[in-house]
Amino acid sequence: MSDTAAPTTVAITVNGVAVEAKPGELVIDACERNGVYIPRFCYHSRMRAVGMCRMCLVEIDGGRGPALQPSCMVSVSPDMKVFTESPVTKKAQDGILEFLLINHPLDCPVCDKGGECPLQDQTMAYGPGESRFVEEKRHFEKPIPISDLVYLDRERCILCDRCTRFAKEVAGDPLIHFQGRGNLTEVNTFPDDPFSSYFSGNTVQICPVGALTAKPYRFKARPWDLEEVESTSVVDSVGSRISVQSSRDRVLRFVGVDSDPVNWGWLTDKERFSFEALDHEGRLGGPLMRGNALGKLDAKGDQLVRATWAQALGAAASALTEAGPSRVGVLGGARLTNEAAYAWAKLTKGVLGTDNVDAQLADGLPADVVLGLPRATIDEACTPGGVIVLLGPDPKEELGALYLRLRHAVIEDRATLIELTPRSTGLSKFAAHRLHPRPGEVGELATALVADVAPTRAIAGVEPAAIAAATAALRSGKPVTVILGRTSLAEGTDAIVEAALTLRDGFPGVKFLSALRRGNVHGALDMGLSPGLLPGRTTLAASRAAFVDAWPNVPTATGLDATGILEAAASGRITTLVLLGADPLRDFPDAALAKKALETVEMLIAVDLFVTDSGRLADVVLAAAASSSEVDGSFTNLEGRVTAVRQKVTPPGTARADWMIAAELATRLGGDLGLESVEQIRAELAALSRIHEPLATGAFGDRDGVLITGGSVTVAPRERAVVPKSDAYSYRLIATRSMYDLGTVLQHSSSSAHLAPGTAVLLHPLDFDQLGVEAGARVKVSAAKASLHTIVHPDAGVPRGSAAMLFNQPDADVGGLLDARAAAIDVRVERV
Amino acid sequence: MTMNDVPKIITSRFDQGDAHTLDGYRRTHGYEGLAAALEKTPQQVADEVKAASLLGRGGAGFPAGIKWTLAPANVWPRYLVVNGDESEPGTYKDRMLLERDPHQLIEGVLIACYAVGCGQAFLYIRGEMAHAQERMAAALNEAYAAGFVGKNILGTDFSVDVVLHWGAGAYIVGEETALIESLEGNRGMPRLKPPFFPAAKGLYMQPTIVNNVETLSNLPWIIRNGVDEWNKLGAETSKGTRVFAVSGHVNNPGVFEVEFGVTTFRDIIFDPKFAGGIRGGKALKAFIPGGASAPWFYEEHLDLPLEKVAIDRAGSMLGSGAIVVMDEDTDMVKAALRLVRFFARESCGKCTPCREGTTWMEKIMQRILDGHGRPEDVALLMDTADNISVDFMWPPRMTTICPLGQSATTPIASAVMRFKDEFERYVGGPIELNVTVKGAAFIGPPTRKKEGSGV
Repeated sequence: MSDTAAPTTVAITVNGVAVEAKPGELVIDACERNGVYIPRFCYHSRMRAVGMCRMCLVEIDGGRGPALQPSCMVSVSPDMKVFTESPVTKKAQDGILEFLLINHPLDCPVCDKGGECPLQDQTMAYGPGESRFVEEKRHFEKPIPISDLVYLDRERCILCDRCTRFAKEVAGDPLIHFQGRGNLTEVNTFPDDPFSSYFSGNTVQICPVGALTAKPYRFKARPWDLEEVESTSVVDSVGSRISVQSSRDRVLRFVGVDSDPVNWGWLTDKERFSFEALDHEGRLGGPLMRGNALGKLDAKGDQLVRATWAQALGAAASALTEAGPSRVGVLGGARLTNEAAYAWAKLTKGVLGTDNVDAQLADGLPADVVLGLPRATIDEACTPGGVIVLLGPDPKEELGALYLRLRHAVIEDRATLIELTPRSTGLSKFAAHRLHPRPGEVGELATALVADVAPTRAIAGVEPAAIAAATAALRSGKPVTVILGRTSLAEGTDAIVEAALTLRDGFPGVKFLSALRRGNVHGALDMGLSPGLLPGRTTLAASRAAFVDAWPNVPTATGLDATGILEAAASGRITTLVLLGADPLRDFPDAALAKKALETVEMLIAVDLFVTDSGRLADVVLAAAASSSEVDGSFTNLEGRVTAVRQKVTPPGTARADWMIAAELATRLGGDLGLESVEQIRAELAALSRIHEPLATGAFGDRDGVLITGGSVTVAPRERAVVPKSDAYSYRLIATRSMYDLGTVLQHSSSSAHLAPGTAVLLHPLDFDQLGVEAGARVKVSAAKASLHTIVHPDAGVPRGSAAMLFNQPDADVGGLLDARAAAIDVRVERV
Repeated sequence: MTMNDVPKIITSRFDQGDAHTLDGYRRTHGYEGLAAALEKTPQQVADEVKAASLLGRGGAGFPAGIKWTLAPANVWPRYLVVNGDESEPGTYKDRMLLERDPHQLIEGVLIACYAVGCGQAFLYIRGEMAHAQERMAAALNEAYAAGFVGKNILGTDFSVDVVLHWGAGAYIVGEETALIESLEGNRGMPRLKPPFFPAAKGLYMQPTIVNNVETLSNLPWIIRNGVDEWNKLGAETSKGTRVFAVSGHVNNPGVFEVEFGVTTFRDIIFDPKFAGGIRGGKALKAFIPGGASAPWFYEEHLDLPLEKVAIDRAGSMLGSGAIVVMDEDTDMVKAALRLVRFFARESCGKCTPCREGTTWMEKIMQRILDGHGRPEDVALLMDTADNISVDFMWPPRMTTICPLGQSATTPIASAVMRFKDEFERYVGGPIELNVTVKGAAFIGPPTRKKEGSGV
């Protein structure tokens, strides 16, 4: 029935030239695609059109004669005639431009936007040379801070509604709004309520004038002095595309780039302003070793002092040789590019011969689960009308750019969201089904969800009606994607894995989108930086034979994971520990174990950009170049998508790329990685891992990169998870992260470092009576291993019987309460 | 028909002291129209109103019966919104209807809800009309208590809830899409049509009929007396009566109900039954025939009938029914500034040309009045107006979402075209205009007959 099929193009004429538009396309887009740019200020292709600035007025003849219409609000129709250069159009556009300029200050020479300002560009191209406005311009106090990161200059504002629309529609934080009427309309925050959105920096990027400026970039550069390369953000595992912009060998800002399958141009403030860490004064410009107060090397010294690379690498190499493969452990690797991760995997598994390597710090999921389940892309997860199951961390706090995509899918594309998280998340208010199982019991809940018979009693604390409703949604026949990650650091992975496998078996066709959060952790896993794995998403058991030629010492048995490595280090079985951008004291969910391990090992080698808390205990610190803009390489995001990371500036001092450090160490260990360039690493990787061939051909270099699929890892069968017992006097602990915490990069980004909110213990309001305390009271929270003092606050998003705290915050050592081996952690909360 | 037997349809109770109470209203046929409507099917009521060609009294003059049919079939719920945000300078007819005969409006609302199929009506009353709000609220409470509003009205299965909502003081909320935004709790700013035609996507994105207070107040009479009686009144294209608010330099300003097409401007301004002539016996200089945005009329328009087609043809509009009379002593530059300032202050700030342009024009005019005007300022003024309304004409070409910005250009066109000499006196030199304004009412002063020409 081809004659009834919807037409795929619509024929219109633009300035007398016949062009083809897409059905439903806006006139402004159809014209631009065909090479006719219509000026605009308020229109933004990722937000709803409002038709406010009127700059895009053009004469449109839809059959009843030409009329001025905003081209951002009119969809094409067959035989439509568009006149973008007619006298009436020109008259209207020139008039609008003059109106916009009458109150706009002409402070372009000191304006951050000058040089990349749409209003300035329009005026240069079409505007009148002289102003006919002789009156006094509108005045406001300028600029005013509207958040910790953003300044607002209301005099420059042309009231295009872009920032306010972004805040409301895209970010869901409607904290800035129009106020006042007519000519005195202004954008502002509500009194005492700052624009404290995780996404506020995007408003600076989309502001068509210099009304919104970012504190970290203000007055730092002029756009024409900036050079840029397109790269990938390495702050979290979404892999948002960015433009790295620098001047005089200093990175001065990151700007979001619109990658359709990934971040749509949006960045979290954490990603956007992480460039500040690059030239923080604490950046390591060379290696450090133990020394004394006089700066002299001294293995027993209580300070870290400068050393040469020869000294540091020599010390590290001899310690590694002395220890032998079974007594060496390597933690971390998510900070590395794919190429560096491959070099380090080859160094540890191919040269040193140890399999005690883990890129995760027991805060993620077992690697076989991440690599072995059927994987979804972000686009697949956001399928219009699909079903999204959140069995992972709060995306708003941990994977902000993914949060924006999921939020859009639910709100605009009618996806159904089912939450299987221990407490409410940033997406809860959009979720159709909010199931909050008791920590450690989500496996039971998943079993009930897939069961043919609806439960008659509450499962894991979730009412049967809610379970039945969620089951119905899952069985609706729409595509189901599970966002899979670590829901809470205070519960083990067994129940989560069981839930994931139950969903996989219960709903054929279900796919999984990994929500491991840390940087290039998926690249590190793909490169084999995990016990039992080899590069190319394959296992030691399956592929050892294929690697043995290239990797002479490839281990025979599976090694220890992060928890195992730290336990072995604490008991003296591992004597030399390498921290590859890892900070276990901060990030490992058992602070006591991490501390004991780091204090016990004989040789602690840290490879990092900074001296972290863990690095302070190190014997040797090797200075690495930052992956975000100091090295060339590639990045694998949570979908498995590989995009390019590009060097824009030189690393400080003698800091060098991680893969070079690995190569140097190998030489001193008597081996030779045989790796001399990033391209060579890619070629060797592609030879060993067929799925990584696009890296060797350079096919990943485009904006959207290339999706790496396949691999031979399968999920190992598991015993049923043990459901932890709880007692009536305790609360089940939920430990989650917030966007801002004591993470290494954040703490070295001067504008963001102070934004860590701190923590309190949150209980359901109805639990307060039982406890006999009032909101804001000081309480003692005790777990089996430790206790701490904090404040208690009510939060209806925390289920009854649970207690929620934030991990890695300045004012309470929640990590001390945790136990990496426990299925769940019960805490007592008592008034002090 | 002579001027003495003026028909009174909706102002019939204005002189009845207790008409605002339920008892007073029922004594004079109150709620009989509702009872009659409920005897019929909703379709019959709708057909009757359509046959009555009741033109909307809010300003645009769109037939109410047709408006009701624009709601897409079988989309529920649908809402009725009563536009009581009357705020144009010189317009106060709805206020009188709300204050003096609130039950008549409630009855009209119920009839409309019955015909259209609305279970809920929203009565939006301008924030400054405190007395009207009190009267309306009291009347509604009485009507609820007596079973005229609420569940199972008059024992039938027809139920309607009426929600009262006070405005917050923005003129633009009289524009129907802005009113809907305001009702939803947002800033009162117009929505772009398309796609947001209220009949299709209105309040809460549901089909919504927005009717003016006066329009709905006519319904009880129409249903009670039948469409044939109604159609006997008025002109060919404008049936029934119309309420005009006459203000300005007249002896007897007030609200007058007149039959469409029969009465002329001369009647309503000079007849002692109505406004009673210019105060102090002065001569007429100009008058605004239909609200602040209408092009001005002059002496030569006095014999036009108060009827839509004739006035449209003459280059202005009946609009909101506000007739503002200016006598020979009026400073027309000042008069134009007053109107421009009104629009500048009431601009919602959404569209650039209106937000920036109206304020700019106000500033230029203020400068001229303050004695700092330059001869070229009048040309600048006209060019600015031309940029707000490209190809300066009547009816104006839109560059904005709603007509407010364009409305500010008409008083300037009227004043400059007719009273150029007054501007020249202010700026101290001859004015050269480089913009021509197209519109039948934008005319220069009448040329004096030459003496002895024999005519």
